[in-house]
Amino acid sequence: MTFQGYARQKGNAGTRNYALVIPSVGCAQGVAERITRNLKGAVYLSNILGCGQIGADREQTKRTLVGFGTNPNVFSVLVVGLGCEFLSASEIAEAIVPSGKRVEFIQIQSAGGTGKAVAQGRKIVSAMLAEAREMAREPIPLSELILGTECGGSDYTSGLASNPALGKASDLLIADGGTVILSETPELIGAEHLVAKRARTEEIGSMVLSAVAWWEKEAIAAGQNIRAANPSPGNIAGGLTTLEEKSLGCIYKAGTTTVEEAISYAHSPTKKGLIFMDTPAHDIEQLTGMVAGGAQIVVFTTGRGTPVGSPIAPVIKITGNGELYRTMKDAIDLDVSKVLTGRETLDTAGRRLFEEIVAVASGKLTKAERLGQRDFCIFQLGLHI
Amino acid sequence: MGQKAKVIVIHEKDNVATALLPLAAGSSLVVDVGGSAERVRILADIPIGHKVALRPIGAGENVVKYGEPIGQAAAGIAAGEHVHVHNVMSHGTKAGGG
Repeated sequence: MTFQGYARQKGNAGTRNYALVIPSVGCAQGVAERITRNLKGAVYLSNILGCGQIGADREQTKRTLVGFGTNPNVFSVLVVGLGCEFLSASEIAEAIVPSGKRVEFIQIQSAGGTGKAVAQGRKIVSAMLAEAREMAREPIPLSELILGTECGGSDYTSGLASNPALGKASDLLIADGGTVILSETPELIGAEHLVAKRARTEEIGSMVLSAVAWWEKEAIAAGQNIRAANPSPGNIAGGLTTLEEKSLGCIYKAGTTTVEEAISYAHSPTKKGLIFMDTPAHDIEQLTGMVAGGAQIVVFTTGRGTPVGSPIAPVIKITGNGELYRTMKDAIDLDVSKVLTGRETLDTAGRRLFEEIVAVASGKLTKAERLGQRDFCIFQLGLHI
Repeated sequence: MGQKAKVIVIHEKDNVATALLPLAAGSSLVVDVGGSAERVRILADIPIGHKVALRPIGAGENVVKYGEPIGQAAAGIAAGEHVHVHNVMSHGTKAGGG
């Protein structure tokens, strides 16, 4: 099967075709926003980091920003720096060059001020957009698609309808040669042994287990024993019996196939099929990590509702809560609540979601895109000096 | 499928279903499990969101939901019985992991 996408010189095709403006440091964010203002097809990242970062924390910020630049949904990139930051515009731009995209950078201090930097940037981005408009969508095999999966604002319908429906859709995409990312590591606690058991090799399985152990240890150090506190008394009153059951309700959204690879935050998969990425459960940090890793589309399940979207990847919102769909229709794309009244089977709901994924990959706008939601937040690893 | 479903079975390997409506003891249920219809007589009142056994589950056997073991039966569970904290142990609990 195929979707209508934008073929790239290297790597997977895009589902969108943006000119992306990346502020390499938070101080350049305002200029980046002014460069893209009212330029259709241009987006910027609301990055607040890049200053005073060292070690692994600096590398993670760099990798995430570069990952957005190299994501297939981006046609070309302008990096905006200040001039005195730890993470320079030229360093980010150089790391994006191997993708084969047009990449340029400017510095506010050497441009002679913010006004001049904005004017210089707008000129470059306008030229990029003229080139981007020359591109047309063409049929692309689904094997080039990387789908990020995410749940947030969950309720009892998440584990019974929206996550299982997404699980079916994930299995369908993988059967077609595509790739699905399972992340939000803290949500695996209690069922990590079941995910590890599904890993292609023992090494991949032990990477999953050690990722979970790290989060558990960090949470305990901060005073929270997730394993001991779950399922909560409220969960048990609602019918959840064990932590395995609670966690599986979340994990099941990535389907039932073999885990082919385990990667850390904002790294790109090198395999196809089901991939585990170690990320926080924080909705926007997780979303940012998956898109930096190359996801060109995301499905987000919710029971209580959320408007979240990504600057460069369409995020399809799906709920099993019919009341929520009625009250938050401007933010939620798909309603699978009929699964809970027996008027739709999980198989049919999963198939309907799979078709929506293909339609959105081919250009159909999501509610989050219509709302202009461009949420961006990098998972930080250390102190800023 | 005009009638409102009473339960949902997530995966064809599951030996429990989740109640979508309150199930009364003594009533019976026809469940579609992987394309075949199974009849289950309900043995206890089961609240919405709680689980009912679709088949007998022996003591120590896995309780399966999402196609995966969510725990082990602490005692023998009959088809139609309420499946919850009183008769299921988490694998984590059993291993002494808390």
